[in-house]
Amino acid sequence: MGIKIAYNLAQVVVVMLFAPLVAGVINRLKEMVQSKRGPSIFQPYFDIWKLFHKDEVISEESSWIFRFTPYLVFVTPIFVTLLIPVLTSYPLFFAFMGDMLGGGFVLALGGFFATLAAVDTGNPYGPMGASRTRLVGFLAEPVFMIVFFTVSFVAGSTIPYIVQQKWVHPIANFFEPTHILVMLAFFMLILAEGGRIPVDNPSGHFELVMIDESKGLEYSGPGAALMKWGGQMKLFVLICIFLNVLVTPWGLASGVGVGELLLAVPLVLLKIFIFVLALVTVESSLAKLRLFRISEFLGAAFVISVAAMITWLFAV
Amino acid sequence: MPHVAQPESIVVQLNALAGGLFLLSAFGMVATRQVQGCMRFFILQSVFLASSAVLLGLELRSWHLIAVGVINLVNKAILIPWLFKKTVSEEVYTKREISQVLNIPISLLVALGLTVGAYYLASPMLKVGAGLPALANLPIGLATLLLGAYTLTVRREAVPQLLGILSMENGAFFASLAIAPELHLFIELVIAFDLLVAVFVIAVLTRAIQRRIGTTEVGSLAALKEESVR
Repeated sequence: MGIKIAYNLAQVVVVMLFAPLVAGVINRLKEMVQSKRGPSIFQPYFDIWKLFHKDEVISEESSWIFRFTPYLVFVTPIFVTLLIPVLTSYPLFFAFMGDMLGGGFVLALGGFFATLAAVDTGNPYGPMGASRTRLVGFLAEPVFMIVFFTVSFVAGSTIPYIVQQKWVHPIANFFEPTHILVMLAFFMLILAEGGRIPVDNPSGHFELVMIDESKGLEYSGPGAALMKWGGQMKLFVLICIFLNVLVTPWGLASGVGVGELLLAVPLVLLKIFIFVLALVTVESSLAKLRLFRISEFLGAAFVISVAAMITWLFAV
Repeated sequence: MPHVAQPESIVVQLNALAGGLFLLSAFGMVATRQVQGCMRFFILQSVFLASSAVLLGLELRSWHLIAVGVINLVNKAILIPWLFKKTVSEEVYTKREISQVLNIPISLLVALGLTVGAYYLASPMLKVGAGLPALANLPIGLATLLLGAYTLTVRREAVPQLLGILSMENGAFFASLAIAPELHLFIELVIAFDLLVAVFVIAVLTRAIQRRIGTTEVGSLAALKEESVR
């Protein structure tokens, strides 16, 4: 019992420690693809460190929501980390506190408050970004639902630890069309929810076309650091769900030994690195979509997820 | 009942996967905006069709299906695109958006409805033939047939319409793998050559239309105009 709580907390520590690294690696790789040298992969750590030591300026016109939001954005991915398999393939202490839908709702709570906070200050760009985020969000929501329902229908459970066993035992299950289609739909969702390129440009500096970034423009100092760190952790958690639950549940610790847990850390990071390579390939080879084309992108994701469900429902 | 837990061989699963991707490329043909993209999805679709035939050939131990797969691969993934390139290349390779009667999100939803309908129609047959390795091909082929017909209906351009017809043919072929895997090889060859001739004729016709009116946007042709021949 005690060791399971400790491991659960170890997962949180891993997510907190390595989320900025993943963001740094993505940035560096993208710059390298554009034949630039790019910042150090540890740059996000320096940024967060710097921001924590700066003064914070808060608009007098803003309400408690604006002050409260950074903490919530920071804490919600941590809660989700408690529910999902990051390092181990067996359920940990908090695994049965909530299922995948619960995790989705917790993440959505953070997003909801970030949107409210963007509207709160009266900065003209905030509400614009907020309304666009909602546009993407409400188009992504049905896809999330169908993907989760399909996955839990197939596995007969909504607990991620049980779902991950389904696709690889036996190995033939991995090639089921439902599995591949769900993977594809979820990958498109990560692109949309993480504000990656076909939907949103994470490194853009032009406020008029921003979707995700413009929500945090008003934050400074520690608030900005928390928002940034929280966003990076959210991406890390989404990647973990994608890799450890849906795609490749290999390389996780299966025993209770500390050694296995420590070995799982580099293996998981390796998997994430491979995923990041794929992500950078997609981001470097596609152009950002026009705002009203986003509905087509997510419409395609929706169709793929429903196709996944149909092929399972009528499977022989 | 949805799924019977039975150990299925990896080849059968791979065939089902080829089927899923086949269906996906049919969706892609509905959703893309450019002629070239449509073309690429058609080639992909044909590759998945051929791989499904080869996989089923391996599973059923018939060289015949493997030959069918190879014929399809050569014919649809190489010869037909080459023919297009030779006859109407400026139409295929210009980066222009195709106009559609319905916009793309609605098209995708309609396509989804058609797929569900196809599965619904095929479900009684699926129950009868439970356990056959090629069974997954039947509803997917049927769905692709309907999607091809839909592409044919809503696209306003000659080349994507032709690709819609070819996609219908692909769908029928895919379904036939489930119903009649032992079709005679001569018939397959005849179909392949027929298809090639049909593509050639329509492509030349398209080219003639383009020469005459400067575009292949056949949807905007409102009336047939009779010219004095004499």
